[in-house]
Amino acid sequence: MFFNSLLTNFAALEVGQHLYWQIGNIRLHGQVFLTSWILLGALLVFISLGTKKMENDPKGLQNLLEFLWDYIRDLARTQIGEKVYRDWMPFIGTLFLFVFVSNWGGALIPWRLIKLPSGELGAPTADINTTIALALLVSLSYFYAGLSNKGWRYFEYYVHPTPIMLPFKILEDFTKPLSLSFRLFGNILADELVVGVLVFLVPLILPIPVMFLGLFTSAIQALIFATLAAYYIGEAVEEHH
Amino acid sequence: MLAFNFFGATEGGLFDINATLPLMAIQVVALTYILNSLFFKPVGTVVEKREKFVSNNIIEAKNKLSEVKKLEADLLTQLQSARTEAQRIVSEAENESDKLYKEALELANNEANASKEKARLEIESQTSAARDQLSKQADDLSELIVNRLILEK
Repeated sequence: MFFNSLLTNFAALEVGQHLYWQIGNIRLHGQVFLTSWILLGALLVFISLGTKKMENDPKGLQNLLEFLWDYIRDLARTQIGEKVYRDWMPFIGTLFLFVFVSNWGGALIPWRLIKLPSGELGAPTADINTTIALALLVSLSYFYAGLSNKGWRYFEYYVHPTPIMLPFKILEDFTKPLSLSFRLFGNILADELVVGVLVFLVPLILPIPVMFLGLFTSAIQALIFATLAAYYIGEAVEEHH
Repeated sequence: MLAFNFFGATEGGLFDINATLPLMAIQVVALTYILNSLFFKPVGTVVEKREKFVSNNIIEAKNKLSEVKKLEADLLTQLQSARTEAQRIVSEAENESDKLYKEALELANNEANASKEKARLEIESQTSAARDQLSKQADDLSELIVNRLILEK
């Protein structure tokens, strides 16, 4: 009865439905690319507007961008360390901006008003493909950072305090991307679902605090993702004696 | 492609992993390069230039401040030495004037004493002269009296 109608309402949320694009033999989740292109396009427009006329006395948008840059630099510097943070700052910053813009864009823009033949638009980070892609990039980065900075001595890290740590350190290489991707995916998807369900049940007022909470978690998740990525890279390039 | 059925969706589902993953990874890498050339590099140049400018100014100001402090200390020592010099000169002059005063006093005293002595001697000589004269007159007078008495007889 009620439960059944709730279930059909859940079904109306279209969880796990995708807008498939078929290109040759490969299939893509079209809605993920559509939203990411719109959001990244907005981000790039915003950034090119802010950096169009750079002055020594910052005004308006340049101020905001400089604040952002400073924030990202501090994040990268505290996690990666003074020596190599410069090389990794663009990557960490891009991760932060991408996740942040995706999360907030997914939460703030009423995508549901745009009807798709299948699936619905939403935060690109609510798709497991995106988060796994980001997490794997982080894994590759810290391997690359460790190997390029320390060469084969990077693998000393695996037996660092004692060789007993070896299996755990190897296991960590798998759990790191797993936890990174699932944390982001779970948080953003759960937020979208909670807001969606609440909007279905009580369309007025009640979802608003939850939406604010969603914005908060979205920002925190972006920060956590970037911080952890920077931390992993910092761990890989760290010199221990 | 690896695909789980989730929430009863006919195809796909929440954990439908397909070519979206590598394409998204490529997109993020491309975004990293774009943002690096569009955002991180230009903003970094401006911010670091300004930070360098500010830190240079601070260093310069610190140098100037230390120079000012050095000059101040220099001036203070100069002032101190000038003060002691002035004190020395003043005390020297005081001594000098004291000496001169004493000398002048002594000289004046001596002179006064001498003139006093001279005056006393003169008074004495005049007194004795007057006394002599008086006694001579008395002698003369007595002789006259004696002569007159002798003549009357």
